[in-house]
Amino acid sequence: MTELIDLVLLAMLALTALKIIFLKDLFAVVMLFGIYSFLSALIFINLDAVDVAFTEASVGAGISSVLMLGTLALTGRTEKENKRSSLLPLLVVTVTGAALIYGTLDMPPFGAANNPVHEHVAPRYIEESPKEVGLPNMVTSVLASYRGFDTLGETVVVFAAAIGVLALLGVRREKTDNVRQSGFTDHYVLRIIAKLVIPLIILFALYVQFHGDFGPGGGFQAGVIAAAAFILYALVYGLPSAFRVVGPKFLQGLASFGVLLYASVGLYSMFKGGQFLDYNKLAVDPLAGQHYGIIIIELGVGITVFAVMLSIYYAFASQTERGNT
Amino acid sequence: MNFIFDYYNYWVVVFLMMAGFYIVISANNLVKKIVGLNIFQTSVFILYISMGKVSGGTAPILVEGVTQYSNPLPHVLILTAIVVGVATTAVGLSLIVRIKRAYGTVEENEFENTDDAI
Repeated sequence: MTELIDLVLLAMLALTALKIIFLKDLFAVVMLFGIYSFLSALIFINLDAVDVAFTEASVGAGISSVLMLGTLALTGRTEKENKRSSLLPLLVVTVTGAALIYGTLDMPPFGAANNPVHEHVAPRYIEESPKEVGLPNMVTSVLASYRGFDTLGETVVVFAAAIGVLALLGVRREKTDNVRQSGFTDHYVLRIIAKLVIPLIILFALYVQFHGDFGPGGGFQAGVIAAAAFILYALVYGLPSAFRVVGPKFLQGLASFGVLLYASVGLYSMFKGGQFLDYNKLAVDPLAGQHYGIIIIELGVGITVFAVMLSIYYAFASQTERGNT
Repeated sequence: MNFIFDYYNYWVVVFLMMAGFYIVISANNLVKKIVGLNIFQTSVFILYISMGKVSGGTAPILVEGVTQYSNPLPHVLILTAIVVGVATTAVGLSLIVRIKRAYGTVEENEFENTDDAI
């Protein structure tokens, strides 16, 4: 049954990608890309990667689409007719694809339990992590504890991307305060539904944040979901009112605070006589130490991701509002 | 039939990867190129997750009575890659916004002839 679902979903994914190639209306392209992301999230669930599916659904289908639409609002929504011949790209793609297909024939069969990937470090994570780290969710154990240093690096990359976007675009606060009232102020249905939904989204984000140790979820997903709540607020009530709730300057501080919180857990464990990010030293009982460490660093990740996603949205949205005047 | 099921995921991954690659090299519009890059990226995600799947296994969350779990390591790598991916996509899109402001167009063939406007 799993194979059958896999078959159908992947076929739908391939069709979506094919349609994206030929569409000239970029608005439709972005919408199809959102569908593409949702389909791949379904595939991830089918392949047992629940945490990944969670992230893909909130990030790929949510934030990516919003940012792309924000760009389209500034750059125009149709692609111009391409006069160049598509023969050469087609040739390149066909040859590369054929070589890759030939390469896949050497891959171990899909789903076999004795594939090389499952034989090295993975059994240890599966067998030992519930005892060593004490969390039922192995993905969180590996993400936050065994590969904590790696995750710190990724959080810094996300932070660096925010710096990049802010350096390129900047958030023009003074100007947006003067533009005409933005948002959908006349749409009562939207306003009331948003008011009902936003607290639930934030509550859900907090649940995902703090339940990530036991079920699917964690800082990355929670940060994005919380940012989505504020993006919805900014979309419906206008950017200036969103600035009054969480200002761009405050967000920049928040983004660095998350990274620093994460890194300071590492420094604190060194101070306690362990190595960098060695949570066993955080408390007398190593398991309790692991739990404290993971909760704090996941919080750091969540705060940074939330602040970064919202700052990036602010940067794009304030460009659009400036363009409208 | 078994042969097809053994490799089907990888073939679709190759197809998606090539679809993304084709959009990147043939599209004129920069926003569409970014969509192409994202399709390419997602195909790599699916490749990793497909390799992590174990037939008959379940999601890597400890449940009593279950012995066969899928591999958690690819999940960790891809989870963070998705978030990093959207962050880098945002940088790419903001570059496009700046290009639009400097050249007045985001169609590749239209600004390759203009002089340096920045």
